[in-house]
Parts: sequence; C-alpha cells; structure tokens
Amino acid sequence: MSQATLPAPARTAARGAANRPYGVLVEFDSPIDLKVAAEAARDEGFTRWDTHSPFPIHGMERAMGIRMTILPVLVFACGATGMLTGLFLQWWANASDPIAYQFVFEYIPTWFQAFLGYGFLVSGKPYFSLPANIPIIFELTVLFSAIGAVFLMFGINGLPCWNRPIFQCERFRRVTDDRFFLCVEAADPKFDPQRTLRWAESLGGAAVEVLYDRDESDDQPPAIFARVGLFSALLALIPLLIIVMARSSKSESPRWHIIQDMDNQERYKAQQAMPLFADGRSMRPVVAGTVARGAEFLQEDEHFFRGLVDAQLATSFPPRDPTRDEPLIVDDAFLRRGQERFNIVCAQCHGRDGIGQGLVNQRGLELTGDRGGAWVQATNMHDAEPRGRAHGHLFNTITNGIRTMPAYGDRIPERDRWAIVAYVRALQRARNARESDFPPDVLRELEARRP
Amino acid sequence: MATITGEIDNTWDDPRQRAPLVTGARTLHDVTDAVCRVVETEVRKTPLAWTVAFAISVSILGMLGLAIGYLFFTGVGVWGVNNPVGWGFAIINFVFWVGIGHAGTLISAILFLFRQYWRTGINRFAEAMTIFAVICALLFPGIHVGRVWLAYYMFPLPNQMGMWPQFRSPLLWDVFAVGTYFTVSLLFWYVGLIPDLASLRDRARTKLRKFLYGLFALGWTGSARHWHRYERAYLILAALATPLVLSVHSVVSFDFAVSQVPGWHTTIFPPYFVAGAIFSGFAMVMTLAIPAREFFGLKNLITMRHLENMNKIMLATGMIVGYAYSTEFFIAWYSGSVYEFFAFKSRALGPYAWAYWTMVTCNVVVPQIFWSKKLRTNIPIMFVASLLINVGMWFERFVIVISSLASDYLPSSWDYYRPTLIDILTLIGSFGLFFTFFLLFMRFLPMVAMAEVKMTMPQAHGHEPHTDGRRPTPEAHA
Repeated sequence: MSQATLPAPARTAARGAANRPYGVLVEFDSPIDLKVAAEAARDEGFTRWDTHSPFPIHGMERAMGIRMTILPVLVFACGATGMLTGLFLQWWANASDPIAYQFVFEYIPTWFQAFLGYGFLVSGKPYFSLPANIPIIFELTVLFSAIGAVFLMFGINGLPCWNRPIFQCERFRRVTDDRFFLCVEAADPKFDPQRTLRWAESLGGAAVEVLYDRDESDDQPPAIFARVGLFSALLALIPLLIIVMARSSKSESPRWHIIQDMDNQERYKAQQAMPLFADGRSMRPVVAGTVARGAEFLQEDEHFFRGLVDAQLATSFPPRDPTRDEPLIVDDAFLRRGQERFNIVCAQCHGRDGIGQGLVNQRGLELTGDRGGAWVQATNMHDAEPRGRAHGHLFNTITNGIRTMPAYGDRIPERDRWAIVAYVRALQRARNARESDFPPDVLRELEARRP
Repeated sequence: MATITGEIDNTWDDPRQRAPLVTGARTLHDVTDAVCRVVETEVRKTPLAWTVAFAISVSILGMLGLAIGYLFFTGVGVWGVNNPVGWGFAIINFVFWVGIGHAGTLISAILFLFRQYWRTGINRFAEAMTIFAVICALLFPGIHVGRVWLAYYMFPLPNQMGMWPQFRSPLLWDVFAVGTYFTVSLLFWYVGLIPDLASLRDRARTKLRKFLYGLFALGWTGSARHWHRYERAYLILAALATPLVLSVHSVVSFDFAVSQVPGWHTTIFPPYFVAGAIFSGFAMVMTLAIPAREFFGLKNLITMRHLENMNKIMLATGMIVGYAYSTEFFIAWYSGSVYEFFAFKSRALGPYAWAYWTMVTCNVVVPQIFWSKKLRTNIPIMFVASLLINVGMWFERFVIVISSLASDYLPSSWDYYRPTLIDILTLIGSFGLFFTFFLLFMRFLPMVAMAEVKMTMPQAHGHEPHTDGRRPTPEAHA
C-alpha cells in the first residue's frame, strides 16, 4: 500500500491547481474490500462521500446507507401524464364536437382556430369509443414514462457534468475498468485534512490520494468551440427570421411554391394570349351554329330565350313558348306560377312584397353593412327605375344576374323566368294601383270598409 | 491476457456449479480490453473483412438512395403494386424489419426481467440491431405514401386546414407504436451504453476520442449513488419495454386483422405476429453474432452457451409459428366461412404455393434440427439455419400480404403480383442501410455491454473463477 501525504502548497501552486483540497480518494482491488470500506465510512458518519465502481455492486446500497430513490414515483407521474395526454388528444382531435364551437366561434382567437378538434364520423360509429383509443393511450403512457425515467435519472444524478475534480486523478481512470474507489469530499462537515487522511489509510486500500479543486482555467474547451457555436446559432436563426418576415409582411409576388404537385405546367390557360390563332385568344369561341351538348332547343327564338326583339330589350311578353310549342298566354295560372317561383327563388333577398328587405338581404347588411362590405342592397321593385325597365330587361337580369345577384339562367327555365317577370309586373302594378285597377265588386267592398 | 483460441464448451449444466458465461478464466480487465480493443484499433489496422463489408454495404445503401430518389421523382407506379394488390414490398419489408427488431428488445428487456444473465453477452448488439432494424422499417411507410412531402399528415399537428389524423385507424396506431418503440429502444440502448462509453473515454489516447466519448459518457464516474438510480431507471425501462414490444407487433398485426380481407381477419394475428417477430429477430442476431465473434475475437464473451440458448429460443418460437400456421388452417375450415377457407386453400395450393412452401420449409422444418444438441452447437449449421429462417420469415410476410390481397371476394378483380426491379433493389438496399449502420456501430461503439458482463462474473462477488468454462471433473467437486 502506497502512502500518501498532503503535498506542500508550493507544489500545488506549481501545478496551477487551487490550494483547497477536494477530498480523499482510496483505491481498492476488489468489490468486497470496497463494500467493507463503505460500511466503515457510513459508520464514521460522513455525509458527503461516495464509492465508485465499474459495475453496480450487490449490497452496496445497504453498505452505504443509500435510501430508495424517488425515481419510480416520478416515472409513475410521467406515465399518468402520458395516459391523460393520449386520452385528451384523441378526444379533442376526433370527438370534440364542432357544433359546440358554433356558438362560441367568434370568441375563439384566430390563432387558436388551427387547434380546434373535429368530429370524425366513421361509418356512423360513436365519435368517442374508448377501446379504439386504448392503443395510442398505451403507447403514449410508455413513451412519457420512458423519457421521464431516463431524463429524471439524469437530472437526479446531476448528469451531464463533464468537469469533475475527481477526473484529475490518473488512477481514477480505471474506475470504468477494474478498480474500486471510495472518495470522501472535503465539503463533508466531518472532514479534517489530517485525520480523514489517516482514517483513509487505515482502510487497507491499494492506494490513497488527496484530490484538489480544479483550477477553472484548466482544460477549458478551445475558443473555437464558442465561436463555431455562436455562428451556427446565428445561422439557425435565419430560417426563423425568414418565416417571421414572410408572416408579417405583404408581397405582390406569388408565394414560394416548393412542392410543385404538377400545379404549374406549360400550357395555355383560359383568358391568356396565344399567338397561334388570328384573334390571339387561347380560348376558342364556338363555331357558328354549334348546339350545346344536351340542349333541347336551338334557342332560335330571340324573344323567348333572350328577351330581345330586333336586338333591343323586348317591351312585350313573347307570343309563343317554343319549349311547349304553344302560344304563351299571361293568365291567372301563369301569374300564380310566377308567384310561386318568385317566393321560392327571389323573395329571400327581394322580399315577398318586392321592396328588397328579404332575410338574406337583412343578414347581408348586418354582416357587412357597418364594415363597408361588399353586400349591395337588393333592389326595391317599386322604385321608378325597375318599374320603367322593359320586360326583356327584367328577363335578362334574372338570366345573367347583376351586381351581387347571381345569374339564375341555368336554374330557372325560360318559361318560369317570364312568369316571374309577369308576377313582378303584377306586384309593381298592385303597389301603385289606381282606383280604376280594381274590379267593381272589390272596389265596392273597400268603399264599405272606409271609416 | 489469457487468449483462448477455439471454442470452449460451456453448454453443460451441473447443479453443483453454474456454467460460466465468460470463458477462459478472464479478469475484469480482460473483458474491458477484449471489447475496447475492437473500437480502439487504428484506422490503418482495421480488419480487412470489416472494410470489405463496409464498402459493399455503403454501395448497396447508395443503390437504395437511387431507388428511392427514382420513386420520389416518378411516383409509386415504379413499384409492382396493382389493383387488388395495393400493399406490396413496402409493407412486407416494413413488417419484416419491425419483427427483426423485436429480438433485441426481448433480449434486453424480457430476459433482463427474468434475470437471464446470459443476455449480457449479446444484449448490446441485439439492441443496436433493434434500432437499425426499426430505422429500416420506418423507411418503408415513409416512402410508400406517394407524396412523401405530405407524410407529416400522419402526425397530430395543428394546421390551418383544421385536419386531424383518424385516431381509430390501426395505421395511425402504427405511427405511435413504432415511433414509441424506436424512441424507447434508443433510450434503452443509450442508457446501457453510458458506463461503457465512460470506459472508452478513460482509455482514450487521442483528443478527439476523449472529447467525443467523454461528451456522450456525460461525465459518468461509476458512483454508487448514480448506479442505484441508474439500475432503477434501467429496471423501469425494461418493465416498460416488455409490454411495449408485445404491443408493437400486435398493433402491426392489427393493420391486417382489423380489415375484412379473408386470410387477414383473424384474432390469432397478434400473438402469432409477436412469436414470428421474436423468431426472425433471433435468427438475425445469430446471423450477426456468428461473424462478429469470429472476426473481432469475442468468442470468450459470446460463448457457445449463448448461441445454444438462442437456438433453443428459435426452436421454441419456430414451433409457435408452425402451430399458428396450422391453427389458421383449422379455423379456416372449422369456421365454415367459404372465403376464409378458399383464401387458405389458395395459399397452400394456389398461385403463391411456391412462396408458402418456402415459408413452411424455412420456418417450421429447418428449426427442428435444433432438437439435436450436436447440431445446435455446430456453428456452420446454425449460421445456415439462421439465414434460412430470415428468408422464411420474409416469405411469411410475403404470403400474408400478397396471397390474401391477390384473390379476395371477387374473382373478377383477382390479379397476380409481380415485384419490379425497383421493388427488389429497395429491399436489397434496406439491407445496405442496416449493415452500414451496424458495421459503424461494431467499429466505433462497444459491441458487448462490459459493465453488465462484469456484473455476472464471479470476480464481481469477490470470488475467483472456478474453471475456464470447461465442465469440471468429478474430482474437482470432491
């Protein structure tokens, strides 16, 4: 057994180490010797001490008086967190009912809307069914527990810690090979440089050594690490800065299109110029006389199909209905058909009375009116302007739409469009009726009611 | 150092004395030395076998890169998948590689819980095998989605589309199961590596080695207080990994079992898949361990007893798999379901009968040789057997995926599946990926868990080893 003494302060100064001892290190050849020494250290009443070995030694916890770690309890908490996360995640993503949002949607901040769940209906099964959610709950429980077990173990052990005074000792390098060590730190209240050293020598180890606190200036990592680290940290910020800039600024150029997905191909699009044809258009107009596929009529009757007479908006109803191959007669049945269609299709905006206060119009004004939005007040049919329009004009407006009013040409057959025109005319007439417009019996009845 | 050439037979069992797991009467230092020497060999002195193997692996890995690049630029049409066989090589390879990984976890976690000390010789590289196999497995679902840049749809990320994954789909369970499996395996492996990385750090001569091994050793000092929490954490990880490994292949089997396809829709799938996974994984451990112990001089740490034990496990799991094959047929007949019975008849006698009988030969017939102690302690024979079992287990997944899909309910939609060249190159390429990782691991990280091996040696309890591993003579007990 080699004898160790406290080296003279001059020697430590020459080595560049701090003067203060860190602790006493005793080396042993066998785990059994270490265990015996550990029992002695425990009985001596030291608190800041430890043993070091290449592998865990059976019974060392008892020899040293190490109490059971709290780690399993903490891991259980991690597992419980994982379980609840799995449960909540699946409920939120697939089962939290979107109907619930509709009442509170406008109070949900915009940034949070991306986080809202979605009721996922699969073959009419319930939104939330625990058995199908068990696998992911289980996996997340295990994942959280495992991550917790490893990183909490690191945390409680104070790992990583690359710079320890004990690493100065050349002898200590064999602690990961085949040697066993006991170290009593100077920070221990019972530590006394001379007395503890004598005690350590009495343990019968292979060697005893006094360790000194490390001089902080020793073995610092080269400065290049700091520079490279700082430089790469700054480089790593660039993508983030670009994202923040793109998010907070406006640009007239189109967005970056990284994944093409065949979105942009070499071809002529609608409305583009194309030098191939004389008229320079990429869209080809139909050849004269083309009949649309599926069209039932040639639509040669300009009056009935387009409301035009001699290229002027017609002021009369078309005399014939080519779709039925019979005369078009504006009678009571025709007007009632017009009323029915008007109430179904037009009244939503124009109102059943035609003054332009239908429910959609009211809602449109409510949503956009005070924000200067794009909603245009539905026309009051009883204003002078619509009253003065030709029949063909009204027909054309229904067919092609105007301002925010969409085109109804593809939805309302021509005959019904004319019926609506006739009904609108009737509404207008009724709103501005003169005495001579009433049948005599109705007039008499009204006279009788006059107060 | 006592160098032992040739095998030492430590496969004996004697109630009076435990057969040693480290042969050659070695000291603790010998163990450190035998393992670290492989890692510390200078670049110029790298074994030729390693260099050649690495060159081949990297070339094959490059080929994989080209095959995948071609796939990305052209689309999944470069594969042989057709209608009705929409799941081709990608899924077969995925299930195959995930299965390979399972033996690593079984050795590191389940055998740990059962206090099977012989696991210490092989657990490190079995765990490494798990991680690299799971990387290979994760590759396939990643590349088979068609538009790879949308693969993030698999994760529950909040987005402006308000779109979430469908959590009741087994395919999504897969994402969580395999993802968790990879993370936990990596943590388990790394935690086990820390004390051994510290050994390499303490033996390091060059600055770079000191820095790198030191960095990853986290400042480990072998403190008893650290060991106490470390062992607790390790035990917890083993206890977590054990149900996890069972769940992972069960979930993989749900991909099939939850569907309605005849031949897939069976409740036997989860246990059958788990047994098959362990079977194939052990075959892969053997395939890797036999050359590794030969070339890197680890015969005293990975002894004949280790190999024999693994052969016994293969015999057992191979028979579970064989039992599952026959149960499937019995239930198909007994259920009275026309479609189910047809699916199994056409497996054995239909267009894929060649694949089916390859599978049965490799997985059920070949392991039967291990009933004989002479054969299960014969290295060339067990090496060939392990290769055949790997082939057989790949074909098992081929049979399950392809034969069930190719002929399902409607005869008018049946079709024959043929892999394309790209399919085959991708499969071979995945081996390049696996072996590149594995060879790098063998060269730069400790292949055997030194701290754990030392713990199982008599020296750890203050005794001298009784024998060098040979069976003691009767007089020795007198």
